[in-house]
Amino acid sequence: MSLLEIKNIDCFYGDVQVVYDVSMHVEEGEIISIIGANGAGKSTVLKCISGLVKATSGEIIFDGEPIHNLRPEKIVNRGVVQVPEGRKLFTLMTSKENLEVGAHNPRAYSRMAEGFEEVYKLLPRLKEREKQLAITMSGGEQQMVAVGRGLMANPKILMLDEPSLGLAPVLIQEIFQTVKKIADKGLTVLMVEQDVQHSLSMSDRGYVLEHGRIVQEGTGKELLENANIREAYLGI
Amino acid sequence: MDFIIQAIVSGTLMGSIYGLAALGLTLIFGVIKVINFAHGSCLMVGMYAAYWVVMLTGVNPYLALIVVVPLLFFFGYFLQDIVIKPVLEAQSDVREPTEVIIVTSGVWYILDNITLMIFGAEYRVVQTSITGKAFEIGEIIVSTPKLYGLIATVIVSVALVWFLKYTKMGKAIRAASLDREAASLMGINQYRVYNIAFGIGTAIMGVVGCVLIPFYYVFPTVGVIFDVKCFIIVVLGGLGSIPGALLGGVIIGLIESIGAQFMTSTWTELIVYLVFLAVLFVKPAGLFGEKRDW
Repeated sequence: MSLLEIKNIDCFYGDVQVVYDVSMHVEEGEIISIIGANGAGKSTVLKCISGLVKATSGEIIFDGEPIHNLRPEKIVNRGVVQVPEGRKLFTLMTSKENLEVGAHNPRAYSRMAEGFEEVYKLLPRLKEREKQLAITMSGGEQQMVAVGRGLMANPKILMLDEPSLGLAPVLIQEIFQTVKKIADKGLTVLMVEQDVQHSLSMSDRGYVLEHGRIVQEGTGKELLENANIREAYLGI
Repeated sequence: MDFIIQAIVSGTLMGSIYGLAALGLTLIFGVIKVINFAHGSCLMVGMYAAYWVVMLTGVNPYLALIVVVPLLFFFGYFLQDIVIKPVLEAQSDVREPTEVIIVTSGVWYILDNITLMIFGAEYRVVQTSITGKAFEIGEIIVSTPKLYGLIATVIVSVALVWFLKYTKMGKAIRAASLDREAASLMGINQYRVYNIAFGIGTAIMGVVGCVLIPFYYVFPTVGVIFDVKCFIIVVLGGLGSIPGALLGGVIIGLIESIGAQFMTSTWTELIVYLVFLAVLFVKPAGLFGEKRDW
């Protein structure tokens, strides 16, 4: 049984349909990438899983139970945690407070101390910056706080929406290494990325989204070697 | 010179009570991004609650806080949950839900007129043990109930800041006020946070009600007087800012009391608005307003 299974979902923003009949599955311990151009509907798929956008049809099953009718905070409490696009930190709160808010859901709150320990072990710089307001941190540090905040929520699956967005190349390396470390500890990762090279090379499998439809799927390696993808997304 | 010092003292005391009233409004705006036009009516409800508790039991008005504050908290909690939430939900993808303003205006009219229907239009005063009490420091007369108002303002402000800074719910409220979508993604039920923030904002009006009844009339439209003042104070101090609300309150109190030494007190309103416009002209975000993306 898959950890997360998405069956034939459709999503709309108002009257505009942005996701058409998307199905995918994520097995426990996998790293999955969703790639595609701007506006292909990648973020919408994640928002739909998180419950921020309701699918008009289809089902989302997590851990054997349907979650598509739950409110976002209930979905988080099941262990489906998203690190949103553009970080969306609580800007006027300190780095530590951001992490604390990450552990708001009951499942995570009871083990907040362990959560802090794990996050500071993985991202030691956040401990040095504990008292700094999120708004005053650099882009790379902010992304670290965003990832740390997601980890504090005690996820079973961590969904990252464009973690490399707006970062300098050296920081992009760093963020992907962090994601790799998280996955190596056994956490399931579902990632939306425009940096196709990096994300596919570390992914077990990937899905290609075009105009709201899945047009291709395969292992990371297969997709990277695929001529269409190389031309469309890597320009080779 | 004494009359100026006297005016400063009285103005600061009354201004701190205005600031306390504005604190509730700024909290609700800061979190829900909704201008609560029923805020003055909530104060009216608080004053009537305090009035009846004192009338029926004969207790000291500050002892009435024990009943009035929880009562007003739940009043605000359920007002938000039952009346405002459905509108917010229907507009959940709108950044500044304007329809809610219309709803709160409706609540204002309904509350004021229900009160008028039940209790009539008469101005009510309650004789409490400290009504009219005052003491002198040199030549300066200090009104005791207003001094208690200042003390209440200090206690409530410190308690509110502590709550927002150190408790789990306080942090959730701040998080939701900064980014409601991200707060949802962190497992925060935004509507519960709104209910609690609204409840706290209204509970503060319960405190103001208890503080006011020893020296203020209670009547169905008493809220309107404070409503307008609260809006000016909150915008003057910076929307959503706690120190801004307190300072704004004191500024308005000072203008009213010092101005009244030189002109008819109705004319001081004019100065209030002039100062208000002047501040907005120089600092559009208000005194403590941050240039944040509401």
